Amino acid sequence: MHRDPLTIGTQTFTSRLFTGTGKFSAKAQIAEMLARSGSEMITVALRRIDMGAGTENILNFIPKTVTLLPNTSGARTAQEAVRIARIAREAGCGRFIKIEVITDSKYLMPDNWETLKATEILAKEDFVVLPYVLPDLPLARRLEAAGAAAVMPLGAPIGSNRGLETRALIALLIENCRVPVVVDAGLGRPSHAAAAMEMGADAVLVNTAIATAQDPAAMGHAFALAVSAGRMAFKAKLSEESATARASSPLTGFLDSPPQKSPQ
Amino acid sequence: MKVTINGDLASIAACTIGELVAQRGLDPKGLVVEHNQRIVKQEKWPDIRLQDGDHLELLSFVGGG
Amino acid sequence: MSFTTTIEKYTDFEFEKFFDRVRPDDVTAAMEKEKPGVLDFLTMLSPRAAEFLEPMARRAQQLTVQHFGRTIHLFIPLYISNYCSNQCVYCGFNCTHAITRRKLDLKEIEAEARAIAATGMQHLLLLTGESVEMTPIDYLEAAVSLLKSYFASVGVEMFPMQVDAYQRLRAAGADSLTLYQEVYDRQIYRRLHLAGRKTDYRFRLDAPERGAWAGFRAINIGPLIGLGEPRREVFFAGLHARYLDDHFLDTEVGLSLPRLNPAEGDFRPEYRADDRTFVQLLLALRLFMPRAALTVSTRERADFRNHLIRLGITRLSAGSCTGVGGYARPVGEKTPQFVVSDTRSVQQVAEAIAAQGYQPVYKDWDLIA
Repeated sequence: MHRDPLTIGTQTFTSRLFTGTGKFSAKAQIAEMLARSGSEMITVALRRIDMGAGTENILNFIPKTVTLLPNTSGARTAQEAVRIARIAREAGCGRFIKIEVITDSKYLMPDNWETLKATEILAKEDFVVLPYVLPDLPLARRLEAAGAAAVMPLGAPIGSNRGLETRALIALLIENCRVPVVVDAGLGRPSHAAAAMEMGADAVLVNTAIATAQDPAAMGHAFALAVSAGRMAFKAKLSEESATARASSPLTGFLDSPPQKSPQ
Repeated sequence: MKVTINGDLASIAACTIGELVAQRGLDPKGLVVEHNQRIVKQEKWPDIRLQDGDHLELLSFVGGG
Repeated sequence: MSFTTTIEKYTDFEFEKFFDRVRPDDVTAAMEKEKPGVLDFLTMLSPRAAEFLEPMARRAQQLTVQHFGRTIHLFIPLYISNYCSNQCVYCGFNCTHAITRRKLDLKEIEAEARAIAATGMQHLLLLTGESVEMTPIDYLEAAVSLLKSYFASVGVEMFPMQVDAYQRLRAAGADSLTLYQEVYDRQIYRRLHLAGRKTDYRFRLDAPERGAWAGFRAINIGPLIGLGEPRREVFFAGLHARYLDDHFLDTEVGLSLPRLNPAEGDFRPEYRADDRTFVQLLLALRLFMPRAALTVSTRERADFRNHLIRLGITRLSAGSCTGVGGYARPVGEKTPQFVVSDTRSVQQVAEAIAAQGYQPVYKDWDLIA
């Protein structure tokens, strides 16, 4: 296998499966899942600590080699997201931040407008900003211009497991974005992840489907395989398409030029 | 002295943030402390003296997607 | 039931009127269909569709790669006799032409086989003029058996036969049948075929399906481009191919569009298909019959054949001699059936195929007796 790394910000990833730490029934499962899936980036949320219960520190279950992607969940405005991001950076776990601003508690749709504002601020503060958004091409362009390191369109509502409901819109992002496109949310099955990769997504982020599986480690592994397969399929197709494109002179262009003498 | 920690009023014996974290047996890894709306870097914890009526927010990472 | 019934439905079809009504949208709609119908095919053959050559080419390439991969199947023709009892006004073997008539005996055939096998060719097309008297079935059967010991595949292109004769050739090891109708237009057919068994239009038209009945694995058909109006001729050839494809599921259908070259005699084709039209005809065929083999012979120029590789063709002849024999020892053949334009060696053709990113296939499969 030749290397096919993904670079976000200044960091390079071998695995194109990003995972999350939410909804696991035991924290120990996270470590096992990371080991089996090979995921190199995982999301975490920031909360007030519970002074009463001596809960185990989640960081103890995440190897140093895995990049932490703190999210801004709980934020309802750009300002709140910015505050959470700054706090997260002080925790000493790197510059990555997933901006997640949700004002709709019924469908958990991200607020693209607030997300853009937060991105503009945080990118200037040298964060590696990964905004979680509804797939919207003009917005994605603005996010890029604002300095986003990637765009993370949702496939379906968070936790819905419904798959690539926004496929056609994501396809536009994939076709047009210069920064990596990471499909986040709604991917309920490995086949969903494979489909996203096959259509050219640079990575996927999967949390619920893995964490709530009966065997999260095995499911993490299954998603990893699906992501690799989808990526491989995309690349295989890509080379075919580029072969066509290489014919910069069109296939029938020879009909317009004067006939050449046969060689020899 | 009485301070507000994560929204709750609490009586503490510690004089600095560093002492408070130690007395409460908190794991400093990934722990962030906001002192009166200002984030305090870990290396400054022993230097920040607490006063009656201070507001403290102690945050850490939890599971999330 | 025979293809004759199908083609007769179009006796009064007004092609020109149909072509006049074709709009650009019709062309794009036809191109994009997963299974184009016969009128979609005719739409793609229309003069109007000539404006869509590039998108048709891209679709043709995509479909061909999808069904065949990037491969070009190579074959080589061997003429073992130029005796002919027909009088086809366009053909070098026409019985009224005062040419040297020859027929190879089995020993000579074996010598040719050795010489051809040495080039690496594994798929052979065995041809004769059409003379039942001079090249009877016993002779042909013996030739096929002999050649089968040298080649993975032996195809035959000779006078049309009854099913039982085809079965004998099949049993001797021939696996494919090539038979060109020459011209589907019945009136023109009558004008051009003046004498001999070939004057029987229908016996020839139904021969490919008799071959399919006899169990040939592959059947290749086609019109000789230049005899009839090319767009209509290719339309009928396409219909014929679809008919065979629909009726004989175990038969691979192939087409070729041999363009008339000046041969012996002074025949001047009434119709012409320039390169652009020729390409359109090929592309329309490919879009209509995505899985059909499409053959281009050495009648076409080397550079033109090179370009066609990426446009949906799947078979090329190479290193061809179109006179009798000619491989074992060059005979300075003066009277070929047609003049070869692409005179490259097998090796050179294979290299040209590889240079386009395609794989030259010498041996597609082997019939295990």
